[in-house]
Amino acid sequence: MILVILEQQSERQNSQWHRMSWETLAAGQQLAAQLGVGLQAAVLGKSNSALLAELASKKIGHIWNVEHDLLERYTADGYASACQQLVEKIKPSVVLFPHTYQVRDFAPKLATRFSQVLISDVISARLDAGALVYVRQFFQGKLSGDIRANGTGPHFASIQAGAFRADALETSATAAPSEVFSPVMDATMIRQRPEAPFREAARAVDLTTAEIIVSVGRGIKEQSNIPVVEELAKALGAELAASRPICDAGWLPMERQVGSSGQTVAPKMYVAVGISGAIQHLVGMKGAKTIVAINKDANAPIFEVADYGIVGDLFEVVPALVDAVNKAKS
Amino acid sequence: MKILVAIKQVPMRDSQLRIAPSARWIDEDALNFEINEPDAYALEEALQLKEKHGGEVVVLCAGPERAGQTIREALAKGADRAIHLELDLNSLDTLGMARLLAHACAAEKADLILTGLQSDDLGSGQTGVVMAELMGVAHSTIIMQVEVNGSTLRVKRELENGWFQHIEMPLPAVLTIQSGLNKLRYATLMGIKKAKNKEVKKLTATELGGMPAAVVWTDKIYAPHKSKQSQIFEGDAKTAATQLVEKLKFEARVF
Ligand SMILES: Cc1cc2nc3c(=O)[nH]c(=O)nc-3n(C[C@H](O)[C@H](O)[C@H](O)COP(=O)(O)OP(=O)(O)OC[C@H]3O[C@@H](n4cnc5c(N)ncnc54)[C@H](O)[C@@H]3O)c2cc1C
Ligand SMILES: Nc1ncnc2c1ncn2[C@@H]1O[C@H](COP(=O)(O)O)[C@@H](O)[C@H]1O
Repeated sequence: MILVILEQQSERQNSQWHRMSWETLAAGQQLAAQLGVGLQAAVLGKSNSALLAELASKKIGHIWNVEHDLLERYTADGYASACQQLVEKIKPSVVLFPHTYQVRDFAPKLATRFSQVLISDVISARLDAGALVYVRQFFQGKLSGDIRANGTGPHFASIQAGAFRADALETSATAAPSEVFSPVMDATMIRQRPEAPFREAARAVDLTTAEIIVSVGRGIKEQSNIPVVEELAKALGAELAASRPICDAGWLPMERQVGSSGQTVAPKMYVAVGISGAIQHLVGMKGAKTIVAINKDANAPIFEVADYGIVGDLFEVVPALVDAVNKAKS
Repeated sequence: MKILVAIKQVPMRDSQLRIAPSARWIDEDALNFEINEPDAYALEEALQLKEKHGGEVVVLCAGPERAGQTIREALAKGADRAIHLELDLNSLDTLGMARLLAHACAAEKADLILTGLQSDDLGSGQTGVVMAELMGVAHSTIIMQVEVNGSTLRVKRELENGWFQHIEMPLPAVLTIQSGLNKLRYATLMGIKKAKNKEVKKLTATELGGMPAAVVWTDKIYAPHKSKQSQIFEGDAKTAATQLVEKLKFEARVF
């Protein structure tokens, strides 16, 4: 049986499912069908009835509501212990998680308790000669690899954002059966004392409403080169954005960062200049209607999501592009 | 306080990667190597904590002989001494790696252990968390700020989409450090000179209980399958730019 551990975002925003939960559930449905085994799902902490009803409408064999006062706030110690108890009780052959920041925090600990390794950030999985083969990326997406795990199981795997489609989820006319599971826990097991989540100062720039975004990455080399891309943004009437290292270095303000720890944007056009295309960047801009990439490395992962690309040195390509845009517009 | 920093040596960022004939891993012969990016921030954080609270910074690195260069650089930046687990990493999985590192750490009885949140090559993002579990100490991940108050730790953890959270926990603890939480220093000439006399203790897997057997392994690596049809323009910049703008105007209709 495959067990999918779902995630909610109740502590941060109004209660809602983390959208990667649905993608992981879709992965679970597909793998369970391939393996010819059942699918179960678990959610930790207190959930409201609307969220649970939404979950029960999906095609799932059994839902576990893992409840305990000590699970109300997420902690790595609390979640690892609760999941461990559930896995020991229901003995799944595969446990799937969405590869969220929270899962990064506790799933490796959980896998270790079963002397297993979390196969993290998986992009696909298939059955090969009766055994599961998991595919994950290496070198920030520059290479892929087939991973196998030994037979004793359970296997633990986390699914990369966007790897499976939430709209491929099968629903069910009858509500999936659910059951409360109460793990045995006491306060002394939990060493982390979490405080309430917060956001830094309000954002002055709202990239989500921009029609065109020109985004700059580490290929720009130095802060003094930023005007090269500013020119292009001006010519296109675009907002300027950046990958994380540019904001980390203080070359552009944090509020212009696109990606999993920055903003998620979906403009008409996104021009990525000197950005390699690591998954944490891609999740923030994959939804753009047209993606243009400029990179000197023909194998950069950004070209996998680009509609149009120029392979070349940005310091030659971008000024040429500014000229061509100005010509086309006049 | 005694702070241990786990640093990994990885191929330099813009390396052209070639798959080895075995297809199990890349061909490392022609590559240059550097410290894994978040590990450089972990080291810097350790040095700053030492400046504030006193104590010692020890770097811990598992890798072949060539990793000695990265270790020297860490010592030149100000780490006090180093432990080098000299071994070939290829047959280890994350659990095995963490076991060896945890074993070496346990003997040091450090107050705080810092790792990077993720390695640039394997990217499994979990060695620190597994070490914490094996050592029976608390941990937290994706850390953007570290405050030590006596025997407790208060950290700022990054959540998704620009959210953060403070967390308190007791020492000893393991933290996985996110890039960008501080400003990296350069090694000074004086630092480089001093590094030559600092201790680098070499350990082998045998001294740490033997090479653990892998529970997961990589069968083969390959270039990613392309999911989207893209139109790529190469050649001289001017022609490529003109062709692109044509497409944007008449095909994608963005202006
Ligand atoms: C938990 C976590 C959260 C993260 N959150 C984010 C996030 O929100 N946003 C984000 O962007 N990243 C994030 N990252 C970091 C991410 O993994 C990558 O490290 C980062 O996106 C890389 O930025 P880059 O593409 O600018 O730099 P690099 O990966 O260094 O790429 C630079 C690119 O420039 C190209 N280049 C170099 N010189 C030239 C030239 N002259 N002309 C043309 N091209 C050139 C190179 O070929 C290369 O492809 C996160 C990582 C983690 C682990
Ligand atoms: N061979 C190694 N030597 C020292 N530290 C390592 C090694 N492998 C991983 N680490 C540490 O564990 C972190 C996470 O690596 P990973 O789990 O492979 O993504 C790295 O940033 C390092 O701090």
